[in-house]
Amino acid sequence: MDPLWLSHFTATSSIGRGLDQTLAALRQRRAGLAPCAFDTVDLATFIGEVAGVDAVQLPAHLGDFDCRSNRLALLGLTQDGFAEAVRAAIARYGAQRIGLFLGTSTSGILQTELAYRRRDPVTGALPADFIYRTTHNTFSVADFARHYFGLTGPAVVVSSACSSSAKVFGSARRMMAAGLIDAAVVGGVDSLCLTTLYGFNSLGLVSEQACRPFDAQRNGISIGEAAAFALLERTPKHLDADAVLLLGIGESSDAYHMSSPHPDGLGARMAMQDALKMAGLNSSEIDYIHLHGTATQSNDLAESKAIQYVFGSDAPCSSTKGATGHTLGAAGGVGAVICALGLQHGLLPAGLNTRQLDPTLGLDYLLDNREQPVARVLSNSFGFGGTNCSLVFARADQTHAHAQRIH
Amino acid sequence: MHTLSAYIEGVGLLGPGLTDWPTSQAILSGQRPYQPHKTVLPSPALLPAAERRRSCAIVKLTLATGLEAIAAAGLDAASLPSVFSASGGDGENCHIICEMLASDDRQISPTRFHNSVHNVAAGYWSIATGAMTTSSVLSAFDASFGAGLLEALTQVVVDDTRTVLLACDTPYPEPLYGARPIPDAFGIALALAPQRGAQALAHITVSLTDASADRLDDTALEDLRIAIPAARGLPLLRGIALRQDRHVVLDYLDSTRLAVAIALC
Repeated sequence: MDPLWLSHFTATSSIGRGLDQTLAALRQRRAGLAPCAFDTVDLATFIGEVAGVDAVQLPAHLGDFDCRSNRLALLGLTQDGFAEAVRAAIARYGAQRIGLFLGTSTSGILQTELAYRRRDPVTGALPADFIYRTTHNTFSVADFARHYFGLTGPAVVVSSACSSSAKVFGSARRMMAAGLIDAAVVGGVDSLCLTTLYGFNSLGLVSEQACRPFDAQRNGISIGEAAAFALLERTPKHLDADAVLLLGIGESSDAYHMSSPHPDGLGARMAMQDALKMAGLNSSEIDYIHLHGTATQSNDLAESKAIQYVFGSDAPCSSTKGATGHTLGAAGGVGAVICALGLQHGLLPAGLNTRQLDPTLGLDYLLDNREQPVARVLSNSFGFGGTNCSLVFARADQTHAHAQRIH
Repeated sequence: MHTLSAYIEGVGLLGPGLTDWPTSQAILSGQRPYQPHKTVLPSPALLPAAERRRSCAIVKLTLATGLEAIAAAGLDAASLPSVFSASGGDGENCHIICEMLASDDRQISPTRFHNSVHNVAAGYWSIATGAMTTSSVLSAFDASFGAGLLEALTQVVVDDTRTVLLACDTPYPEPLYGARPIPDAFGIALALAPQRGAQALAHITVSLTDASADRLDDTALEDLRIAIPAARGLPLLRGIALRQDRHVVLDYLDSTRLAVAIALC
């Protein structure tokens, strides 16, 4: 593929609003997980809640979109000058030439969960103030962003569970390569809701403490929420050395089970191999792997097998879900932004909460931060239904194309 | 004007009064009257017994239409990338979860939960067919058919591959039905190819347009087109059923529609 430039990006999660707070939290090894006190949830678990989401006010003319998911989206969009960058891109390319591709697994379902508590006792009807289209519907978060920016080009939500906001990069790449658009707003938004908290609990996949990816005693996930975005543009001739480029995308399906990964990580292996192939890189050229690393027994085991197959045991890697929690449909976007920060600031972030590495997993899993030059990284996102997506990012001064331009 | 082109090699169709593509062509072309009756979803024989038991309406609908299109095209589903596009996930399953979460007993079952993801049909599809290929799982509310068609066409054009588009919607029961009145299960599947093969039915060239979407002459079919997102693709199927080259405009977003030039093979 022709490399795509992440000209702007931002992330908001339980570890911080925007890039500065996110980078500081990573450097300080600060986690955003806390005992769950969300809504009326009575589960003994930790969650990664974004502070201040309820206080976010949507513009008056977009009041129909008001729900936790869209408040979180707006909070995320307004960090780091991202909204201004999108508006500048609209001025440059035109509102119809910018695609919008957002990933979410639950969108505004919380709004419906709450509405079901207020059904008419006689008719069973939902309350009159419930608006399905702009809150519950899977598309509502993209529809909100569309209206917020006045974008008129192709727009879609990708909703393939926890790979959603990695897969958006694939859809954006294809539409840009097809010439239908000149730039793309990509990202992911997933907010806390009861469906995922009680759902993952029903599967026995929720830890009663802060999740411990790749720990020998790991026993499940901590659910988080986040909004992460990137503006993708074609790579211009001249770029800053630390500009971040998307070099490759690999996508696959397990064809195995709805809620368990392929035991040998076969689909994950294919996704990573395809991403490297598209990037034109050997596995030895990757400096760091941002793991999906959810901290369930089976997910971490399957991912480690896949990584050993593709990379061997020496590639530095970690999961940041001990910091942010598993942000589900936003996880791919959060991973992309953490990778971009790592490339620009020379940081390989440690995995948090892990006390004793599971020796059977056999990876170079980072328990301490490493400050070093980082040239190329790979980020994994896997999800229910056996959906897998791997992304390869690099610094502009470390790509082959850059080398060719210089020499 | 940028255009995207592909060959349609197979069609799958299932909805109220539309039981499959061969018998529906006469209805869409106006040679036989349209008589709506409730959509009958076949049991998904291709799924292993455990998954078949757990499967929900949107899984049955997607498998039925997708397999019809692929069989007509003479292809192996395991080798095909796929695009699933739906306004929402399974309606009935969503309602039951919301009902339980509003009750004193919030212990939803594992099957209920994994069936709640928007990509439930894509997951079962890959288990049933053995396809380890990529699948894009999309939603764009009423624009879902158009969004799915664009995504599938970019796969065909950019990645130079065959693919299958599966656009399916299922109804919610009350009280969500009142807020999102999708009247019945309806799905369209298209097997798409970059080059002309022996089974090619039509060549389509698609571009964005400001023009208004085509309406269907038959009132009941037009009601269907408006009521169910996946049915926004019906003017394309009608164009193929009429067996003559023509231009149609498909509904997409409020800001843009899809112009489709259909050339029969």
